[in-house]
Amino acid sequence: MEKQNYNYAIVRSFVIWSLIWGLVAVLVGVIVSFQMVEPDLNFPPYLTFGRLRPIHTNAGIYGWGVGVIFATFLYIVQRLCKTPLWSDKLAKFQLYFFNATIIASAVTLLLGYTTSKEYHEMEWPIDVMIVILWVAFGINIIMTILKRKDEQMYISLWYMMASIVGVAILFLVNSAAEPVSLFKSYSAYAGTNDANVEWWFGHNAVAMALTAPPLAMFYYFLPKSTGVPIYSHRLSIIAFWSLIFMYLWTGAHHLLWTPVPDWIQTLAMGFSVMLIAPSWGSVFNGYLSMGGQWHQMRENYLVKFLILGITFYGLQTLQGPMQAIRTFSAFIHYTDWVPAHIHMGTMGWVSMISFASIYFMVPRIWDREVYSIPLANLQFWLILVGQLIWSISLWVAGVLQAGMWNAMNSDGSLTYTFMETMVEMYPYWWARAFGGIIYLVGLIIFIYNIYMTVKKGEPTAVTTATAEGRA
Amino acid sequence: MWEKKPVLLIVLATCAILVGTIVTMVLPFAWVNTEADRIEGVTPYTALQQEGRDVYIREGCNNCHTQTVRPLVSDVLRYGEYSKSGEFVYDRPFLWGSKRTGPDLARLGGKYPDEWHYKHMDSPRAMVPMTNMPDYEWIRDYPLDPQMIQRKMETLDFPYTAEEIKALEGKNEMDAIVAYMQKLGSDIPWREATETTIVGELINPYAEADQATISSWAPLFSDNCAACHGARMEGDIGPELIGEDYDDEILFELIYSGITDGGMPSFSSLGTDKVWKLTNFIRNYKADGDQ
Repeated sequence: MEKQNYNYAIVRSFVIWSLIWGLVAVLVGVIVSFQMVEPDLNFPPYLTFGRLRPIHTNAGIYGWGVGVIFATFLYIVQRLCKTPLWSDKLAKFQLYFFNATIIASAVTLLLGYTTSKEYHEMEWPIDVMIVILWVAFGINIIMTILKRKDEQMYISLWYMMASIVGVAILFLVNSAAEPVSLFKSYSAYAGTNDANVEWWFGHNAVAMALTAPPLAMFYYFLPKSTGVPIYSHRLSIIAFWSLIFMYLWTGAHHLLWTPVPDWIQTLAMGFSVMLIAPSWGSVFNGYLSMGGQWHQMRENYLVKFLILGITFYGLQTLQGPMQAIRTFSAFIHYTDWVPAHIHMGTMGWVSMISFASIYFMVPRIWDREVYSIPLANLQFWLILVGQLIWSISLWVAGVLQAGMWNAMNSDGSLTYTFMETMVEMYPYWWARAFGGIIYLVGLIIFIYNIYMTVKKGEPTAVTTATAEGRA
Repeated sequence: MWEKKPVLLIVLATCAILVGTIVTMVLPFAWVNTEADRIEGVTPYTALQQEGRDVYIREGCNNCHTQTVRPLVSDVLRYGEYSKSGEFVYDRPFLWGSKRTGPDLARLGGKYPDEWHYKHMDSPRAMVPMTNMPDYEWIRDYPLDPQMIQRKMETLDFPYTAEEIKALEGKNEMDAIVAYMQKLGSDIPWREATETTIVGELINPYAEADQATISSWAPLFSDNCAACHGARMEGDIGPELIGEDYDDEILFELIYSGITDGGMPSFSSLGTDKVWKLTNFIRNYKADGDQ
């Protein structure tokens, strides 16, 4: 209908660039997983594990994750507000500046310009770029919402706005630093304070960048894909407000047993356990929306991605609170269990939802039918199996290592030296690298499928309009 | 109502986000790093140490090494006294890390002699055969920039002298990172405080062990001692062990407690049984020298 007014060109560009940075993130991830088992694969000064690992994490979060956020938010906001973007020029600026920022990040990290703060390694000039980028994006989304045609704002829009505000606050506070030169600065906070600020940021970056946005996508694309609405509006209201209220208390669960004051740790532990409720509120809302529709798991590959995605979200938000309990943290923290947990969230939850969102949008923004559904199904299984091998091997490794770290002799001495415990990790690290390769193959198939859709897909003249009319 | 008013939604969401933020992130500034946290003896980094810290940051050492010992039995036995808030007041940024691919380094200072660190950084696998730590020999090629380091010290407001800056000339990044590692966790005299005092008489439980049994303990020596004392006890960083003539009890105590200021680490974390095995292995090796 009014489709021609919507700015789909910008969505197309962000889809393409998020795929490129996603490929970089996974590729570097596979490289560092081999560096962990074979130290001769480090090529100093630039290509060492210590410099490449931040590139892997930041390309994943800011290149792939935020790239998909930009693509989907710019799409969803136009559809839900029934109005074109507030400013096409600003969106275009955002696209170019996004790529400039990611490239600058990758280059400076390779050169060793880093603050060392996890998921915030980039030095201060790039922090400035990220702030400009986020403000440009936020203004465009919020202004578009302000001029919407539908008075009622759908759930996805709430999560989007909370995410825009949340990321802004977190990033600004954690960026505070005193520059020495263009490429070196010292944190504005020291020691224990710095640790507490960093993990308030670190954990809530997960909330505001890797939880709220995929939830916005899930709440939009699930009903769109199944053709039936979300089960409970009231449940989504409760889940939304309790989620964004409780998350901010939990950062110190990354710092259990450290010199951070005990009461902060205890609050973090309590709120982490309480967070199960709002997290599972969304999980249940998703599952119950499938009432009478479960046959679509067989027939509709989009639903398969979305439901597996929300299932991993559910598992992630049970495992996370478990790790946030002092006794369990004492056992498992600092082992390979933790990366296994993170990767279930990123490879399982965030990426599954992102794949589904892109598969849903592509026919609508390029007017082409998806090239091959069998390929999409193949990709689904590769992604799933790759991620499971990755995570399960390191969960086992983590429990094994934690057990060895804690093993004691009858005279009260330790049974194993550190090296004896580390040597046991090698087989699991090999398994993880293997799982990573399977995942990489799945991702390449996805990119190929999207590429072929754009190049060779059948045109979708009328079908889009009818599919749209359903939900 | 808020579902129809985006500005109201943004204001309410911001408030929801700020409650937890203020309580758990802003308020702690009133307690942490105040006078109550201060520990006597904790000093800022010297120019050389601070530069070493910056090399540590640049190379992303914190991706694999933590710097906090938790007040847990296995942590304290393995690494030493648990970490205290006041020990980190000069750390900008903090470097506690989140993953122990390698061991924790919070109490590394003074554990090994400088020479051990130089050799280990050059080629970790030469010292610890199965490690996955990459070689850092190449940082020796990077000379220090005294002017830049002076600027850093000024930004951090750390005390320094002109001689100290001048002394940086001709030094390289390896010197800096070793100096930094020797400072880690050594501001409080925890090593002296936790030194074991052996009470009562020590009795060698393996005094009657036969040659074959003692020979089977060779891996204990190669895993824990050979890097410094040589595979055949010929000596390297540490002294030659052949020809030393300590009593069983004295050798046991040396291995168990280490020599705090002599660069010999304590091996108490191995437990008395393994230390006795090592004692017998070394004494026995000396006796016939052909195991």
